[in-house]
Amino acid sequence: MRIPCPICGERDRREFYYQGDALALHRPDPDAGDAAWNDYIHNRDNPAGVIRDLWHHEAGCSHWLVVTRNTVTHEVLGAELACKVKGEQG
Amino acid sequence: MRFSALRILKEGLTGNKGWSAHWRDPDPKDEYDVVIVGGGGHGLSTAFYLAKEHGVINVAVLERGYIGGGNVGRNTTIVRANYGLPGNSEFYSHSLKLWEQLEGELNYNVMHSQRGIINLFHSDGQRDAFARRGNAMVNQGDDAILMNRDQVRDMIPYLNFDSLRFPIYGGLYHPRGGTARHDAVAWGFARGADQRGVDLIQNCEVTGINIENGKVRGVETSRGTIRAKKIALATAGRSSQTAAMAGMRLPIESHVLQAFVTEGIKPVIDHVISFGMGHFYISQSDKGGLVFGGDIDFYASYASRGNLPMMEHVMEAGMSLMPMIGKAKVLRSWGGIMDMSPDGSPIIDKTDIDGLYLNCGWCYGGFKAVPGSGFSYAHLIATDRHHEPAARFRLDRFQTGYGLMDEEATGSQHNLH
Repeated sequence: MRIPCPICGERDRREFYYQGDALALHRPDPDAGDAAWNDYIHNRDNPAGVIRDLWHHEAGCSHWLVVTRNTVTHEVLGAELACKVKGEQG
Repeated sequence: MRFSALRILKEGLTGNKGWSAHWRDPDPKDEYDVVIVGGGGHGLSTAFYLAKEHGVINVAVLERGYIGGGNVGRNTTIVRANYGLPGNSEFYSHSLKLWEQLEGELNYNVMHSQRGIINLFHSDGQRDAFARRGNAMVNQGDDAILMNRDQVRDMIPYLNFDSLRFPIYGGLYHPRGGTARHDAVAWGFARGADQRGVDLIQNCEVTGINIENGKVRGVETSRGTIRAKKIALATAGRSSQTAAMAGMRLPIESHVLQAFVTEGIKPVIDHVISFGMGHFYISQSDKGGLVFGGDIDFYASYASRGNLPMMEHVMEAGMSLMPMIGKAKVLRSWGGIMDMSPDGSPIIDKTDIDGLYLNCGWCYGGFKAVPGSGFSYAHLIATDRHHEPAARFRLDRFQTGYGLMDEEATGSQHNLH
C-alpha cells in the first residue's frame, strides 16, 4: 500500500503511523458529556468501503494526513493535509 | 448417526456408503424463539449450548455464506488459557475446560491436541512479566511452568538460543494449551446443534433487523422475513455492519491479521511456540504444514488479505528465532478480519434494544473462545443474566471506564492493540 503524501509524493505505507478514523478531527467540547466523549474515543462507523482516516507521515514530512481509501480493496483514493481539512471545517 | 471406531471399521469394510450428511439443510420457518445471526464458531456453539444447556431448540442460525466459510476457518487454531487479568482469566479457563470435554460431548473428532504452548522471553524484565502472568494462570487453577534457558533447550533444541540481539532467557510453558482443527470445530458444533433441533440456514444474508417500540420483531433476510423473539448477533469481523442494522455504533474497528502455511513436512515442531521479541508464533498442523502468524497490519481493513510490511516482519522474526524453517516453502497466506475493541477484550452483553444480544470484539483471540463464548452467550440469551465467567465482558465498560480489561497495558484506544 502506498500513500500519496501532498508534500512528499507517493510513499510506502511503512513511513506512516496509523491513528484511525478521521473523526479524531472532531473533538467534542470538554463539557459535551459522557455519551459524546464515548462516541469520540470508542465508537466507530467502521465502514466496509470508503473510509477517511488519519495517518502521520512519521518517517517523512511529519504532517498528519487525512487519507481516503477503500477498506475492502485497499485502494488509496487520495490524501490531504489534515491541517487544511481541519481549517476548512473551521 | 453416531461416530465410533466400530462404525469406521464397518464403513471401511463396506465401501463407506453408510455415511450421511452431518446436518439438514432446512428452509427457514416463519418464526423462531431465537435467531442467531452468523454461522461461525461462536454462533454455532451458542446454538449448541442453547439447545443442550437450556432446552431452547426453536432456534435458527442464519449464515450468509456456508458453515465454516468465515473466520472460523481462517485462524491459526491455537487453544489456550494464559490470560492474566480478572475477567479474561476466568473466562478462558472455563473455555479450556469445555475444550477438554468437547469431543466426547459432540461425538466429533475436532483433533484437539494439548501439545503445550511455550511463550519465550528474552530479557530479565520480560521474565518478570511472564512470571507474573504464570502466577495469575496458576491462581486461576490453570497450568503454567516458568522454564529457564536450559529447560527450554532440552525441550526445543532447534531454536536460536544465542542470537546476539535476542538471546533466549527461558519460556512460560502452558502444557494444556495446544491446537484444534478449526473446520472440525465448526462442523462438530453445527452437527451437534442440528441434532438437537436447531435449523442451520446457509446462504441466508440478514439485510435488516426489525425493531418496534424498542423491541426486536425479527430479521429481513435474502430468504425472506423471519420473526424472532430474540436476536443474537455473532458476527465478529462484520459486527459494525450487523449492529448498524439496529441503529447501533460499536466500539469496534476492523483490522486484518495475516497467517501463513508452508508445504507439508515431516513432524519437526511439537509445540506452539511464540517469539518474545517480534510478532511470530508457530505450530505444525497434523498435515505437516508449518502454520504461523504475527500481528495485525495496523490499519482498518476488511480485505481478508494483508500487505507486505507485516509479512516481511513475520518472516524475519521467524528466521531470527528458528533459522531451520528457512528452507520450507510458504504455500499460502491469507488474512482474517478482526473485530478490534479499544481494550483488546471482547463483548458479550445485552443491548438497549429489548431482545437484541451482542457478541463481538474478539480481536485476534476468537478461536480458543468458541466453546466458552457460546456457553456464556447462550446463558445470557436464555436467562437474561450474565454467565459468571463472562460477566465482565460488558459493552458499557468503555463509556464508564469501569472494568476495562487491557491485557497488554497499552491503553484503551483503538490503535493500541
